[in-house]
Amino acid sequence: MEKNYSKKLKITKKIKPDKEVVSFLLNYSKALKIMKLEDNIFEIIVN
Amino acid sequence: MANLQISDALLVKDYMAGNESALAVLIKRHESKIYGFIYSKVADREISNDIFQDTFIKVIKTLKTNSYNEEGKFLPWIMRIAHNLIIDYFRRSKKMPLFRETEEFSIFSVMSDNTLTIENQIIADQVEVDIRRLVEELPVDQKEVLIMRMYQDMSFKEISETTGVSINTALGRMRYAIMNLRKIIDKHQIVLTN
Repeated sequence: MEKNYSKKLKITKKIKPDKEVVSFLLNYSKALKIMKLEDNIFEIIVN
Repeated sequence: MANLQISDALLVKDYMAGNESALAVLIKRHESKIYGFIYSKVADREISNDIFQDTFIKVIKTLKTNSYNEEGKFLPWIMRIAHNLIIDYFRRSKKMPLFRETEEFSIFSVMSDNTLTIENQIIADQVEVDIRRLVEELPVDQKEVLIMRMYQDMSFKEISETTGVSINTALGRMRYAIMNLRKIIDKHQIVLTN
């Protein structure tokens, strides 16, 4: 059993999110501007 | 050539200072572990993508509002966010987390070694099925720790931070998980060899 477990560790890391998801996140991050005014936080998405 | 890797803490600092490329590095570095963790809970690629996306949206917003406190490590912090979003998902859908084997992926199916002979492959497949059944028999808290440790390759510190229990508790749950697996194996005289 130990042998089986140890075999698995190297392989499970291969599963990844879709490229579109990562691309969206990077674009979202670039577009997102956050402003703090007093106690209010404004989120602005810049196209 | 020396393999120099910028630390997560430094990348986070760079990102908070406006360096967007630091985020790409952080995502690339941790995407497998985070996505794998989410998938191990929800067993659906689309839902995993959604939760992964929501996790990083929270991360991005927290970092951009300078609300991030570098007390712990970056990865356990994200895993904690993902963990909470998974709980939210199950609360919304009122479903209990189950591991279901699909054609797309099975967390238990990757145990096989491609270099095995066909006979050994069949044996290995049977062992996987047996282990899967055994793990399913464990109490939820023990199963959670065992899967995080053995299948997600998380340290006990990361497990404790993700599940909100102490390291000793996580260690104890792992120990009991192994003991219980052995008990079940002995009781049913199951042979796990390859």
